[in-house]
Amino acid sequence: MKSNVVLASSMVAAALAVSLTAQARTVIQNKGSDTLVNVAQAWAEEYQNVAADVAVAVSGGGSGTGIAAMINGTVDIANASRKMKDKEVKMAKDRGQNPIEHIVGYDALAIFLHPDNPVNELSISQLKEVYSRKSSAKNWSDLGVTVPGCKGNEIVVVSRQNNSGTYVYFKKAVLGKKGKYRSGTLDMHGSKDVVDLIEKTPCAIGYSGLAYSTDHVKLACISKDGNACVSPSVATAVDRSYPIARPLFMYTNGEPEGAIKGYLDWIMSDAGQCIIQNKGYAPMKTVDCK
Amino acid sequence: MQQNSNMAGNAFDRRTLDWYIDKGMQLVVFIGGISAIIFIIGIFVFITLEGMDFVFGRFDPVEFFTTEYWFPSDEDDPEFGILALIAGTASVTGLAMLVAIPFALGAAIYIGEFATGKKREYLKVLVELLAAIPSVVWGFIGLSIMNPLIIEVFDVPVGLNVLNAGVILGLMAAPIMASIAEDALKAVPESYREAAEALGATRWQVIFKVVLPAAKNGLLGAVLLGVGRGFGETMAVLMATGHSVNIPGSIFDSVRALTATIAAELGETAVGSDHYGALFTIGIFLFLITFVINLSADLIVRGVRKG
Repeated sequence: MKSNVVLASSMVAAALAVSLTAQARTVIQNKGSDTLVNVAQAWAEEYQNVAADVAVAVSGGGSGTGIAAMINGTVDIANASRKMKDKEVKMAKDRGQNPIEHIVGYDALAIFLHPDNPVNELSISQLKEVYSRKSSAKNWSDLGVTVPGCKGNEIVVVSRQNNSGTYVYFKKAVLGKKGKYRSGTLDMHGSKDVVDLIEKTPCAIGYSGLAYSTDHVKLACISKDGNACVSPSVATAVDRSYPIARPLFMYTNGEPEGAIKGYLDWIMSDAGQCIIQNKGYAPMKTVDCK
Repeated sequence: MQQNSNMAGNAFDRRTLDWYIDKGMQLVVFIGGISAIIFIIGIFVFITLEGMDFVFGRFDPVEFFTTEYWFPSDEDDPEFGILALIAGTASVTGLAMLVAIPFALGAAIYIGEFATGKKREYLKVLVELLAAIPSVVWGFIGLSIMNPLIIEVFDVPVGLNVLNAGVILGLMAAPIMASIAEDALKAVPESYREAAEALGATRWQVIFKVVLPAAKNGLLGAVLLGVGRGFGETMAVLMATGHSVNIPGSIFDSVRALTATIAAELGETAVGSDHYGALFTIGIFLFLITFVINLSADLIVRGVRKG
Protein backbone atom coordinates (compact mmCIF):
# COMPACT_ATOMS: atom_id res chain seq x y z
CA MET A 1 0.00 0.00 0.00
CA LYS A 2 2.66 2.41 1.09
CA SER A 3 4.92 1.55 -1.81
CA ASN A 4 1.95 2.15 -4.13
CA VAL A 5 1.54 5.63 -2.75
CA VAL A 6 5.25 6.30 -3.10
CA LEU A 7 5.19 4.91 -6.64
CA ALA A 8 2.16 6.96 -7.60
CA SER A 9 3.52 10.16 -6.14
CA SER A 10 6.89 9.67 -7.75
CA MET A 11 5.14 9.12 -11.08
CA VAL A 12 3.13 12.27 -10.64
CA ALA A 13 6.35 14.08 -9.83
CA ALA A 14 8.00 12.61 -12.90
CA ALA A 15 5.08 13.58 -15.08
CA LEU A 16 5.17 17.10 -13.68
CA ALA A 17 8.87 17.31 -14.29
CA VAL A 18 8.52 16.16 -17.88
CA SER A 19 5.78 18.57 -18.75
CA LEU A 20 4.74 21.45 -16.60
CA THR A 21 1.80 22.22 -18.85
CA ALA A 22 0.26 18.74 -18.61
CA GLN A 23 -0.98 19.10 -15.09
CA ALA A 24 -4.52 17.86 -15.75
CA ARG A 25 -4.94 14.18 -16.64
CA THR A 26 -5.75 13.48 -20.23
CA VAL A 27 -8.76 11.20 -20.59
CA ILE A 28 -9.00 8.94 -23.65
CA GLN A 29 -12.53 7.71 -24.41
CA ASN A 30 -12.43 4.13 -25.71
CA LYS A 31 -15.60 2.31 -26.70
CA GLY A 32 -16.90 -0.57 -28.82
CA SER A 33 -16.52 -4.27 -29.53
CA ASP A 34 -17.46 -6.74 -26.80
CA THR A 35 -14.88 -9.12 -28.25
CA LEU A 36 -12.17 -6.59 -27.47
CA VAL A 37 -13.58 -5.16 -24.24
CA ASN A 38 -11.64 -7.44 -21.87
CA VAL A 39 -8.38 -6.69 -23.63
CA ALA A 40 -9.15 -2.97 -23.82
CA GLN A 41 -9.77 -2.92 -20.09
CA ALA A 42 -6.56 -4.79 -19.35
CA TRP A 43 -4.64 -2.34 -21.54
CA ALA A 44 -6.23 0.64 -19.84
CA GLU A 45 -5.38 -0.68 -16.37
CA GLU A 46 -1.80 -1.52 -17.22
CA TYR A 47 -1.32 1.80 -18.98
CA GLN A 48 -1.94 3.54 -15.65
CA ASN A 49 1.45 2.24 -14.58
CA VAL A 50 3.08 3.42 -17.77
CA ALA A 51 1.66 6.91 -18.07
CA ALA A 52 -0.05 8.10 -14.92
CA ASP A 53 -1.20 11.34 -16.52
CA VAL A 54 -3.35 9.51 -19.07
CA ALA A 55 -6.59 7.82 -18.09
CA VAL A 56 -8.34 5.52 -20.54
CA ALA A 57 -12.10 5.12 -20.02
CA VAL A 58 -13.23 1.84 -21.61
CA SER A 59 -16.78 0.72 -22.34
CA GLY A 60 -18.22 -2.09 -24.46
CA GLY A 61 -21.57 -2.27 -26.23
CA GLY A 62 -20.46 -3.91 -29.47
CA SER A 63 -18.61 -2.93 -32.63
CA GLY A 64 -21.71 -1.15 -33.93
CA THR A 65 -21.88 1.01 -30.82
CA GLY A 66 -18.22 1.98 -31.05
CA ILE A 67 -18.44 2.78 -34.75
CA ALA A 68 -21.64 4.81 -34.21
CA ALA A 69 -19.79 6.82 -31.53
CA MET A 70 -16.89 7.36 -33.93
CA ILE A 71 -19.33 8.62 -36.59
CA ASN A 72 -20.84 10.99 -34.06
CA GLY A 73 -17.38 12.06 -32.90
CA THR A 74 -17.95 11.16 -29.24
CA VAL A 75 -14.99 8.77 -28.76
CA ASP A 76 -11.26 9.06 -29.21
CA ILE A 77 -10.72 5.38 -30.01
CA ALA A 78 -13.43 3.02 -31.28
CA ASN A 79 -12.85 -0.74 -30.93
CA ALA A 80 -14.28 -2.99 -33.61
CA SER A 81 -14.11 -6.66 -34.46
CA ARG A 82 -15.05 -5.87 -38.05
CA LYS A 83 -13.97 -3.32 -40.63
CA MET A 84 -15.98 -0.13 -40.89
CA LYS A 85 -18.35 -0.35 -43.85
CA ASP A 86 -17.86 2.11 -46.73
CA LYS A 87 -21.21 3.62 -45.87
CA GLU A 88 -20.11 4.19 -42.28
CA VAL A 89 -16.81 5.79 -43.33
CA LYS A 90 -18.76 8.10 -45.64
CA MET A 91 -21.22 9.00 -42.85
CA ALA A 92 -18.29 9.79 -40.55
CA LYS A 93 -16.60 11.98 -43.18
CA ASP A 94 -19.89 13.80 -43.82
CA ARG A 95 -19.91 14.71 -40.15
CA GLY A 96 -16.34 15.89 -40.16
CA GLN A 97 -14.62 12.85 -38.64
CA ASN A 98 -11.78 11.05 -40.31
CA PRO A 99 -11.61 7.46 -39.04
CA ILE A 100 -8.15 5.90 -39.33
CA GLU A 101 -7.88 2.13 -39.00
CA HIS A 102 -5.30 0.36 -36.81
CA ILE A 103 -5.07 -3.43 -36.56
CA VAL A 104 -4.14 -4.33 -32.98
CA GLY A 105 -4.35 -8.13 -33.05
CA TYR A 106 -6.14 -11.14 -34.46
CA ASP A 107 -8.95 -13.31 -33.19
CA ALA A 108 -9.35 -16.92 -34.28
CA LEU A 109 -13.05 -17.69 -34.66
CA ALA A 110 -13.34 -21.18 -33.20
CA ILE A 111 -16.11 -23.63 -34.07
CA PHE A 112 -17.37 -25.07 -30.80
CA LEU A 113 -18.88 -28.53 -30.35
CA HIS A 114 -20.07 -30.53 -27.36
CA PRO A 115 -17.31 -32.84 -26.05
CA ASP A 116 -19.51 -35.91 -26.78
CA ASN A 117 -19.72 -34.95 -30.46
CA PRO A 118 -17.58 -37.38 -32.51
CA VAL A 119 -16.83 -34.70 -35.14
CA ASN A 120 -13.23 -33.47 -34.93
CA GLU A 121 -12.78 -31.89 -38.29
CA LEU A 122 -14.99 -29.66 -40.40
CA SER A 123 -14.43 -28.02 -43.76
CA ILE A 124 -15.58 -24.52 -44.61
CA SER A 125 -18.02 -26.00 -47.13
CA GLN A 126 -19.51 -28.26 -44.43
CA LEU A 127 -19.97 -25.20 -42.20
CA LYS A 128 -21.64 -23.48 -45.11
CA GLU A 129 -24.06 -26.39 -45.46
CA VAL A 130 -24.96 -26.07 -41.78
CA TYR A 131 -25.35 -22.27 -41.62
CA SER A 132 -26.58 -21.32 -45.07
CA ARG A 133 -30.19 -20.57 -46.09
CA LYS A 134 -29.85 -23.32 -48.70
CA SER A 135 -28.94 -25.56 -45.80
CA SER A 136 -28.53 -29.17 -46.82
CA ALA A 137 -27.30 -30.34 -43.40
CA LYS A 138 -30.16 -30.32 -40.91
CA ASN A 139 -29.13 -33.43 -39.03
CA TRP A 140 -25.78 -34.67 -37.83
CA SER A 141 -26.28 -37.73 -40.05
CA ASP A 142 -26.02 -35.36 -43.06
CA LEU A 143 -22.42 -34.88 -41.92
CA GLY A 144 -22.08 -38.63 -41.49
CA VAL A 145 -22.14 -38.90 -37.70
CA THR A 146 -24.45 -39.81 -34.85
CA VAL A 147 -24.03 -37.69 -31.75
CA PRO A 148 -24.53 -39.54 -28.47
CA GLY A 149 -27.01 -37.82 -26.16
CA CYS A 150 -28.55 -35.93 -29.05
CA LYS A 151 -32.04 -37.22 -29.64
CA GLY A 152 -33.26 -37.00 -33.24
CA ASN A 153 -29.67 -36.22 -34.28
CA GLU A 154 -30.84 -32.73 -35.24
CA ILE A 155 -28.19 -30.00 -35.51
CA VAL A 156 -28.88 -27.16 -33.09
CA VAL A 157 -27.30 -24.21 -34.88
CA VAL A 158 -26.06 -21.45 -32.57
CA SER A 159 -25.35 -18.00 -33.99
CA ARG A 160 -25.08 -14.40 -32.75
CA GLN A 161 -27.38 -11.39 -32.78
CA ASN A 162 -27.35 -9.73 -36.18
CA ASN A 163 -25.39 -6.60 -35.29
CA SER A 164 -22.46 -8.39 -33.72
CA GLY A 165 -19.11 -8.00 -35.48
CA THR A 166 -18.58 -11.74 -35.05
CA TYR A 167 -21.84 -12.45 -36.89
CA VAL A 168 -20.86 -10.19 -39.77
CA TYR A 169 -17.34 -11.64 -40.05
CA PHE A 170 -18.53 -15.27 -39.88
CA LYS A 171 -21.01 -14.59 -42.67
CA LYS A 172 -18.32 -13.13 -44.95
CA ALA A 173 -15.78 -15.83 -44.15
CA VAL A 174 -18.03 -18.88 -44.34
CA LEU A 175 -21.17 -18.04 -46.33
CA GLY A 176 -19.51 -15.60 -48.73
CA LYS A 177 -20.53 -12.05 -49.47
CA LYS A 178 -23.79 -13.03 -51.16
CA GLY A 179 -24.55 -15.86 -48.76
CA LYS A 180 -27.46 -15.82 -46.35
CA TYR A 181 -27.84 -17.30 -42.92
CA ARG A 182 -30.62 -19.86 -42.50
CA SER A 183 -33.42 -18.90 -40.15
CA GLY A 184 -34.07 -20.87 -37.00
CA THR A 185 -30.63 -20.36 -35.51
CA LEU A 186 -30.39 -19.63 -31.80
CA ASP A 187 -29.09 -16.07 -31.71
CA MET A 188 -27.04 -15.54 -28.56
CA HIS A 189 -26.30 -12.10 -27.23
CA GLY A 190 -22.67 -12.61 -26.28
CA SER A 191 -19.64 -14.71 -27.15
CA LYS A 192 -19.72 -16.36 -23.76
CA ASP A 193 -23.42 -17.28 -24.05
CA VAL A 194 -22.62 -19.30 -27.19
CA VAL A 195 -20.03 -21.39 -25.36
CA ASP A 196 -22.26 -21.80 -22.28
CA LEU A 197 -25.12 -23.15 -24.41
CA ILE A 198 -22.91 -25.59 -26.32
CA GLU A 199 -21.46 -26.92 -23.05
CA LYS A 200 -24.98 -28.03 -22.08
CA THR A 201 -26.27 -29.11 -25.50
CA PRO A 202 -24.88 -32.24 -27.20
CA CYS A 203 -26.65 -31.40 -30.50
CA ALA A 204 -25.19 -27.92 -30.79
CA ILE A 205 -22.62 -26.24 -33.02
CA GLY A 206 -21.59 -22.60 -32.71
CA TYR A 207 -18.90 -20.03 -33.40
CA SER A 208 -17.18 -17.60 -31.06
CA GLY A 209 -13.81 -16.05 -30.38
CA LEU A 210 -11.13 -18.55 -29.33
CA ALA A 211 -10.62 -16.52 -26.14
CA TYR A 212 -14.00 -17.73 -24.86
CA SER A 213 -13.05 -21.41 -25.06
CA THR A 214 -13.41 -23.53 -21.90
CA ASP A 215 -12.40 -27.05 -20.91
CA HIS A 216 -15.98 -28.24 -21.36
CA VAL A 217 -16.24 -27.72 -25.12
CA LYS A 218 -14.49 -29.14 -28.14
CA LEU A 219 -12.86 -27.03 -30.85
CA ALA A 220 -13.20 -28.31 -34.40
CA CYS A 221 -10.16 -28.47 -36.66
CA ILE A 222 -11.03 -26.43 -39.77
CA SER A 223 -9.98 -27.18 -43.33
CA LYS A 224 -10.36 -25.03 -46.40
CA ASP A 225 -10.24 -25.91 -50.11
CA GLY A 226 -9.24 -29.49 -49.42
CA ASN A 227 -6.08 -28.58 -47.50
CA ALA A 228 -5.17 -30.28 -44.23
CA CYS A 229 -7.21 -29.00 -41.28
CA VAL A 230 -5.81 -26.44 -38.85
CA SER A 231 -6.77 -26.23 -35.18
CA PRO A 232 -7.56 -22.78 -33.82
CA SER A 233 -4.83 -21.41 -31.56
CA VAL A 234 -2.97 -18.19 -30.98
CA ALA A 235 -0.05 -19.56 -33.01
CA THR A 236 -2.16 -20.52 -36.06
CA ALA A 237 -3.88 -17.14 -35.92
CA VAL A 238 -0.54 -15.30 -35.83
CA ASP A 239 0.86 -17.16 -38.84
CA ARG A 240 -2.54 -16.78 -40.59
CA SER A 241 -2.80 -20.52 -41.31
CA TYR A 242 -6.15 -20.83 -39.48
CA PRO A 243 -8.79 -20.05 -42.13
CA ILE A 244 -11.27 -18.06 -40.01
CA ALA A 245 -9.16 -15.58 -38.10
CA ARG A 246 -10.13 -11.94 -38.22
CA PRO A 247 -8.25 -8.77 -37.50
CA LEU A 248 -9.28 -6.66 -34.52
CA PHE A 249 -9.40 -2.93 -35.10
CA MET A 250 -9.05 0.30 -33.24
CA TYR A 251 -10.22 3.42 -35.07
CA THR A 252 -8.94 6.88 -34.25
CA ASN A 253 -10.31 10.17 -35.47
CA GLY A 254 -7.52 11.41 -37.75
CA GLU A 255 -3.89 10.33 -37.46
CA PRO A 256 -3.26 9.73 -33.75
CA GLU A 257 -1.42 12.49 -31.91
CA GLY A 258 -0.22 13.19 -28.40
CA ALA A 259 -1.63 10.95 -25.69
CA ILE A 260 -3.62 8.80 -28.15
CA LYS A 261 -0.50 8.17 -30.24
CA GLY A 262 1.40 7.27 -27.08
CA TYR A 263 -1.30 4.80 -26.07
CA LEU A 264 -1.51 3.11 -29.48
CA ASP A 265 2.29 2.89 -29.74
CA TRP A 266 2.36 1.23 -26.33
CA ILE A 267 -0.39 -1.23 -27.38
CA MET A 268 1.75 -2.23 -30.38
CA SER A 269 4.84 -2.64 -28.19
CA ASP A 270 5.82 -6.02 -26.71
CA ALA A 271 4.23 -5.12 -23.36
CA GLY A 272 0.89 -4.28 -24.98
CA GLN A 273 0.96 -7.27 -27.31
CA CYS A 274 1.71 -9.63 -24.40
CA ILE A 275 -1.49 -8.47 -22.73
CA ILE A 276 -3.63 -9.33 -25.79
CA GLN A 277 -1.90 -12.70 -26.06
CA ASN A 278 -2.55 -13.49 -22.39
CA LYS A 279 -6.25 -12.78 -22.99
CA GLY A 280 -6.35 -15.52 -25.64
CA TYR A 281 -6.09 -13.43 -28.81
CA ALA A 282 -3.31 -13.45 -31.34
CA PRO A 283 -0.78 -10.59 -31.21
CA MET A 284 0.43 -8.81 -34.36
CA LYS A 285 3.83 -10.48 -34.14
CA THR A 286 5.41 -13.25 -32.13
CA VAL A 287 6.18 -11.82 -28.72
CA ASP A 288 8.11 -13.32 -25.88
CA CYS A 289 6.01 -12.97 -22.74
CA LYS A 290 6.79 -14.00 -19.21
CA MET B 1 -70.83 40.27 -16.91
CA GLN B 2 -72.41 40.30 -13.53
CA GLN B 3 -70.70 37.07 -12.60
CA ASN B 4 -67.36 38.56 -13.60
CA SER B 5 -67.73 41.59 -11.41
CA ASN B 6 -68.93 39.41 -8.58
CA MET B 7 -65.84 37.25 -8.84
CA ALA B 8 -63.55 40.26 -9.00
CA GLY B 9 -65.24 41.71 -5.93
CA ASN B 10 -65.03 38.56 -3.86
CA ALA B 11 -61.65 37.51 -5.12
CA PHE B 12 -59.93 40.26 -3.17
CA ASP B 13 -61.14 38.75 0.10
CA ARG B 14 -60.27 35.20 -0.86
CA ARG B 15 -56.69 35.66 -2.00
CA THR B 16 -55.03 34.45 1.14
CA LEU B 17 -52.16 31.95 1.27
CA ASP B 18 -54.71 29.15 1.52
CA TRP B 19 -56.33 30.33 -1.68
CA TYR B 20 -53.01 30.12 -3.54
CA ILE B 21 -52.26 26.70 -2.07
CA ASP B 22 -55.69 25.56 -3.12
CA LYS B 23 -55.24 26.80 -6.70
CA GLY B 24 -51.73 25.36 -6.82
CA MET B 25 -52.91 21.95 -5.70
CA GLN B 26 -55.73 22.04 -8.25
CA LEU B 27 -53.17 22.63 -10.98
CA VAL B 28 -50.86 19.85 -9.76
CA VAL B 29 -53.71 17.37 -9.58
CA PHE B 30 -54.96 18.44 -13.00
CA ILE B 31 -51.53 17.96 -14.58
CA GLY B 32 -51.20 14.61 -12.83
CA GLY B 33 -54.60 13.61 -14.16
CA ILE B 34 -53.94 14.43 -17.80
CA SER B 35 -50.26 13.42 -17.78
CA ALA B 36 -51.11 9.84 -18.74
CA ILE B 37 -52.80 11.12 -21.89
CA ILE B 38 -49.89 13.43 -22.68
CA PHE B 39 -47.38 10.62 -22.23
CA ILE B 40 -49.36 8.16 -24.37
CA ILE B 41 -49.69 10.67 -27.19
CA GLY B 42 -46.06 11.71 -26.77
CA ILE B 43 -44.81 8.13 -26.96
CA PHE B 44 -46.96 7.35 -29.97
CA VAL B 45 -45.78 10.48 -31.80
CA PHE B 46 -42.16 9.65 -30.93
CA ILE B 47 -42.17 6.05 -32.17
CA THR B 48 -44.16 7.05 -35.26
CA LEU B 49 -41.67 9.81 -36.14
CA GLU B 50 -38.71 7.48 -35.66
CA GLY B 51 -40.33 4.75 -37.76
CA MET B 52 -41.54 7.21 -40.43
CA ASP B 53 -38.48 7.12 -42.69
CA PHE B 54 -38.75 3.36 -42.90
CA VAL B 55 -42.53 3.22 -43.31
CA PHE B 56 -42.45 5.61 -46.27
CA GLY B 57 -39.15 4.28 -47.63
CA ARG B 58 -37.94 0.71 -47.59
CA PHE B 59 -41.17 -0.63 -46.02
CA ASP B 60 -43.14 -3.15 -48.04
CA PRO B 61 -46.19 -4.32 -46.08
CA VAL B 62 -46.38 -7.61 -47.98
CA GLU B 63 -42.75 -8.43 -47.23
CA PHE B 64 -43.00 -7.10 -43.67
CA PHE B 65 -46.02 -9.09 -42.56
CA THR B 66 -45.89 -12.22 -44.71
CA THR B 67 -42.25 -13.32 -44.99
CA GLU B 68 -40.33 -15.11 -42.29
CA TYR B 69 -36.81 -13.84 -42.98
CA TRP B 70 -35.61 -11.21 -40.50
CA PHE B 71 -32.08 -10.29 -41.59
CA PRO B 72 -32.18 -6.50 -41.32
CA SER B 73 -28.44 -5.94 -40.90
CA ASP B 74 -27.36 -7.63 -44.12
CA GLU B 75 -25.23 -5.17 -46.06
CA ASP B 76 -26.22 -6.19 -49.58
CA ASP B 77 -29.73 -7.53 -49.32
CA PRO B 78 -31.42 -6.86 -45.99
CA GLU B 79 -34.69 -8.68 -45.36
CA PHE B 80 -37.43 -7.32 -43.13
CA GLY B 81 -39.99 -10.07 -42.55
CA ILE B 82 -41.64 -10.26 -39.15
CA LEU B 83 -44.02 -13.18 -39.76
CA ALA B 84 -41.82 -15.53 -37.72
CA LEU B 85 -41.61 -12.95 -34.92
CA ILE B 86 -45.39 -12.54 -34.87
CA ALA B 87 -45.74 -16.34 -34.80
CA GLY B 88 -43.25 -16.46 -31.92
CA THR B 89 -45.05 -13.85 -29.84
CA ALA B 90 -48.47 -15.36 -30.61
CA SER B 91 -47.45 -18.94 -29.80
CA VAL B 92 -45.82 -17.99 -26.51
CA THR B 93 -48.75 -15.77 -25.48
CA GLY B 94 -51.26 -18.45 -26.51
CA LEU B 95 -49.57 -21.13 -24.42
CA ALA B 96 -49.19 -18.66 -21.56
CA MET B 97 -52.94 -18.11 -21.53
CA LEU B 98 -53.59 -21.86 -21.48
CA VAL B 99 -51.39 -22.03 -18.40
CA ALA B 100 -52.61 -18.83 -16.75
CA ILE B 101 -56.40 -19.04 -17.18
CA PRO B 102 -56.99 -22.13 -14.98
CA PHE B 103 -54.59 -20.79 -12.32
CA ALA B 104 -56.00 -17.28 -12.34
CA LEU B 105 -59.63 -18.37 -12.40
CA GLY B 106 -59.08 -20.95 -9.66
CA ALA B 107 -57.28 -18.42 -7.48
CA ALA B 108 -59.96 -15.79 -8.05
CA ILE B 109 -62.82 -18.18 -7.24
CA TYR B 110 -61.10 -19.46 -4.11
CA ILE B 111 -60.14 -16.02 -2.81
CA GLY B 112 -63.42 -14.41 -3.80
CA GLU B 113 -65.91 -17.10 -2.86
CA PHE B 114 -64.39 -19.59 -0.42
CA ALA B 115 -61.57 -18.09 1.61
CA THR B 116 -62.63 -16.01 4.60
CA GLY B 117 -61.05 -13.78 7.20
CA LYS B 118 -57.27 -13.81 7.66
CA LYS B 119 -56.69 -16.55 5.08
CA ARG B 120 -58.33 -14.42 2.41
CA GLU B 121 -56.27 -11.35 3.32
CA TYR B 122 -53.01 -13.30 3.30
CA LEU B 123 -53.81 -14.87 -0.06
CA LYS B 124 -54.66 -11.52 -1.60
CA VAL B 125 -51.37 -10.02 -0.42
CA LEU B 126 -49.41 -13.04 -1.65
CA VAL B 127 -51.00 -12.92 -5.10
CA GLU B 128 -50.13 -9.24 -5.36
CA LEU B 129 -46.59 -9.99 -4.21
CA LEU B 130 -46.29 -12.62 -6.95
CA ALA B 131 -47.27 -9.98 -9.50
CA ALA B 132 -44.42 -7.78 -8.28
CA ILE B 133 -41.59 -10.23 -9.08
CA PRO B 134 -39.35 -8.52 -11.67
CA SER B 135 -39.54 -10.07 -15.12
CA VAL B 136 -35.78 -10.55 -15.32
CA VAL B 137 -36.05 -12.86 -12.30
CA TRP B 138 -38.68 -14.90 -14.14
CA GLY B 139 -36.37 -14.99 -17.15
CA PHE B 140 -33.59 -16.23 -14.91
CA ILE B 141 -35.83 -19.04 -13.65
CA GLY B 142 -36.60 -19.94 -17.26
CA LEU B 143 -32.93 -19.98 -18.18
CA SER B 144 -31.49 -21.82 -15.21
CA ILE B 145 -34.29 -24.03 -13.84
CA MET B 146 -36.84 -24.65 -16.60
CA ASN B 147 -34.21 -25.13 -19.34
CA PRO B 148 -32.45 -28.21 -17.85
CA LEU B 149 -35.79 -29.50 -16.54
CA ILE B 150 -37.39 -29.46 -20.01
CA ILE B 151 -34.32 -31.12 -21.55
CA GLU B 152 -34.44 -33.82 -18.86
CA VAL B 153 -38.19 -34.49 -18.85
CA PHE B 154 -39.00 -34.27 -22.56
CA ASP B 155 -35.63 -35.40 -23.90
CA VAL B 156 -35.32 -32.49 -26.37
CA PRO B 157 -32.04 -30.88 -27.48
CA VAL B 158 -32.79 -27.33 -26.26
CA GLY B 159 -34.95 -26.28 -23.31
CA LEU B 160 -35.29 -22.65 -24.39
CA ASN B 161 -38.48 -22.85 -26.40
CA VAL B 162 -42.21 -22.05 -26.65
CA LEU B 163 -42.98 -24.35 -23.72
CA ASN B 164 -40.46 -22.71 -21.41
CA ALA B 165 -41.44 -19.14 -22.24
CA GLY B 166 -45.15 -20.01 -22.27
CA VAL B 167 -45.06 -21.48 -18.77
CA ILE B 168 -42.96 -18.60 -17.42
CA LEU B 169 -45.18 -15.98 -19.04
CA GLY B 170 -48.30 -17.82 -17.84
CA LEU B 171 -47.07 -17.74 -14.26
CA MET B 172 -46.21 -14.05 -14.66
CA ALA B 173 -49.61 -13.12 -16.06
CA ALA B 174 -51.68 -15.28 -13.67
CA PRO B 175 -51.46 -13.03 -10.55
CA ILE B 176 -52.60 -9.89 -12.41
CA MET B 177 -55.39 -11.85 -14.08
CA ALA B 178 -56.40 -13.35 -10.72
CA SER B 179 -56.53 -9.91 -9.12
CA ILE B 180 -58.79 -8.49 -11.83
CA ALA B 181 -60.93 -11.64 -12.01
CA GLU B 182 -61.43 -11.48 -8.27
CA ASP B 183 -62.58 -7.87 -8.56
CA ALA B 184 -65.04 -8.98 -11.21
CA LEU B 185 -66.42 -11.71 -8.90
CA LYS B 186 -66.70 -9.18 -6.07
CA ALA B 187 -68.67 -6.85 -8.35
CA VAL B 188 -71.48 -9.44 -8.61
CA PRO B 189 -74.12 -8.17 -6.15
CA GLU B 190 -74.55 -10.21 -2.96
CA SER B 191 -78.30 -10.34 -3.62
CA TYR B 192 -77.66 -12.66 -6.63
CA ARG B 193 -75.95 -15.18 -4.38
CA GLU B 194 -78.59 -14.87 -1.67
CA ALA B 195 -81.38 -15.35 -4.20
CA ALA B 196 -79.73 -18.48 -5.60
CA GLU B 197 -79.11 -19.89 -2.15
CA ALA B 198 -82.73 -19.19 -1.22
CA LEU B 199 -83.75 -21.33 -4.18
CA GLY B 200 -81.75 -24.19 -2.68
CA ALA B 201 -78.66 -24.02 -4.94
CA THR B 202 -75.44 -25.60 -3.63
CA ARG B 203 -72.28 -23.54 -3.39
CA TRP B 204 -70.89 -24.87 -6.68
CA GLN B 205 -74.21 -24.24 -8.39
CA VAL B 206 -74.17 -20.67 -7.11
CA ILE B 207 -70.67 -20.14 -8.47
CA PHE B 208 -71.03 -21.85 -11.82
CA LYS B 209 -74.63 -20.98 -12.66
CA VAL B 210 -74.92 -17.51 -11.14
CA VAL B 211 -71.66 -15.78 -10.19
CA LEU B 212 -69.47 -16.76 -13.17
CA PRO B 213 -72.10 -15.93 -15.83
CA ALA B 214 -72.79 -12.61 -14.11
CA ALA B 215 -69.07 -11.80 -13.98
CA LYS B 216 -68.21 -13.08 -17.47
CA ASN B 217 -67.36 -9.66 -18.96
CA GLY B 218 -65.01 -8.89 -16.10
CA LEU B 219 -63.36 -12.30 -16.46
CA LEU B 220 -62.96 -11.79 -20.21
CA GLY B 221 -61.38 -8.43 -19.45
CA ALA B 222 -58.95 -10.14 -17.08
CA VAL B 223 -57.95 -12.62 -19.79
CA LEU B 224 -57.47 -9.84 -22.35
CA LEU B 225 -55.26 -7.90 -19.96
CA GLY B 226 -53.22 -11.09 -19.55
CA VAL B 227 -52.91 -11.32 -23.34
CA GLY B 228 -51.78 -7.69 -23.43
CA ARG B 229 -49.17 -8.47 -20.79
CA GLY B 230 -48.00 -11.44 -22.83
CA PHE B 231 -47.56 -9.37 -26.00
CA GLY B 232 -45.70 -6.65 -24.19
CA GLU B 233 -43.44 -8.72 -21.95
CA THR B 234 -39.82 -8.49 -23.06
CA MET B 235 -37.10 -9.57 -20.67
CA ALA B 236 -38.48 -12.95 -19.64
CA VAL B 237 -39.28 -13.99 -23.21
CA LEU B 238 -35.91 -12.74 -24.41
CA MET B 239 -34.25 -15.08 -21.94
CA ALA B 240 -36.55 -18.11 -22.18
CA THR B 241 -37.49 -18.43 -25.88
CA GLY B 242 -34.05 -19.26 -27.26
CA HIS B 243 -34.17 -16.14 -29.46
CA SER B 244 -34.44 -17.92 -32.78
CA VAL B 245 -36.27 -16.52 -35.83
CA ASN B 246 -38.45 -19.50 -36.54
CA ILE B 247 -42.09 -20.37 -37.16
CA PRO B 248 -42.69 -22.99 -34.48
CA GLY B 249 -43.90 -26.44 -35.51
CA SER B 250 -44.21 -27.70 -31.94
CA ILE B 251 -43.93 -26.33 -28.42
CA PHE B 252 -40.35 -27.61 -28.31
CA ASP B 253 -39.18 -25.24 -31.06
CA SER B 254 -37.24 -22.11 -30.17
CA VAL B 255 -38.83 -18.85 -31.26
CA ARG B 256 -38.25 -15.13 -30.97
CA ALA B 257 -40.69 -12.48 -29.79
CA LEU B 258 -41.31 -9.04 -31.34
CA THR B 259 -40.42 -7.25 -28.12
CA ALA B 260 -37.25 -9.28 -27.59
CA THR B 261 -36.09 -8.40 -31.11
CA ILE B 262 -36.33 -4.68 -30.36
CA ALA B 263 -34.60 -5.11 -27.00
CA ALA B 264 -31.73 -7.14 -28.43
CA GLU B 265 -31.06 -5.10 -31.56
CA LEU B 266 -31.93 -1.45 -31.00
CA GLY B 267 -28.81 -0.67 -28.94
CA GLU B 268 -26.42 -1.42 -31.77
CA THR B 269 -28.18 -0.08 -34.84
CA ALA B 270 -27.09 3.17 -36.43
CA VAL B 271 -29.68 5.86 -35.73
CA GLY B 272 -31.69 6.61 -38.87
CA SER B 273 -30.80 3.39 -40.73
CA ASP B 274 -33.44 1.10 -42.24
CA HIS B 275 -32.83 -1.44 -39.49
CA TYR B 276 -33.49 1.25 -36.86
CA GLY B 277 -36.68 2.33 -38.64
CA ALA B 278 -37.83 -1.28 -38.99
CA LEU B 279 -37.44 -1.83 -35.24
CA PHE B 280 -39.53 1.27 -34.57
CA THR B 281 -42.11 0.01 -37.05
CA ILE B 282 -42.33 -3.17 -34.98
CA GLY B 283 -42.75 -0.83 -31.99
CA ILE B 284 -45.69 0.93 -33.68
CA PHE B 285 -47.24 -2.44 -34.50
CA LEU B 286 -46.84 -3.66 -30.89
CA PHE B 287 -48.19 -0.39 -29.53
CA LEU B 288 -51.30 -0.65 -31.70
CA ILE B 289 -51.91 -4.30 -30.74
CA THR B 290 -51.53 -3.77 -26.99
CA PHE B 291 -53.53 -0.53 -27.23
CA VAL B 292 -56.46 -2.31 -28.90
CA ILE B 293 -56.27 -5.26 -26.48
CA ASN B 294 -56.12 -3.08 -23.36
CA LEU B 295 -58.80 -0.72 -24.62
CA SER B 296 -61.22 -3.54 -25.39
CA ALA B 297 -60.45 -5.19 -22.03
CA ASP B 298 -61.17 -1.89 -20.32
CA LEU B 299 -64.41 -1.34 -22.21
CA ILE B 300 -65.58 -4.88 -21.42
CA VAL B 301 -64.82 -4.48 -17.70
CA ARG B 302 -66.55 -1.06 -17.62
CA GLY B 303 -69.52 -2.57 -19.41
CA VAL B 304 -70.12 -5.07 -16.63
CA ARG B 305 -69.74 -2.48 -13.87
CA LYS B 306 -72.40 -0.25 -15.39
CA GLY B 307 -74.80 -3.06 -16.23
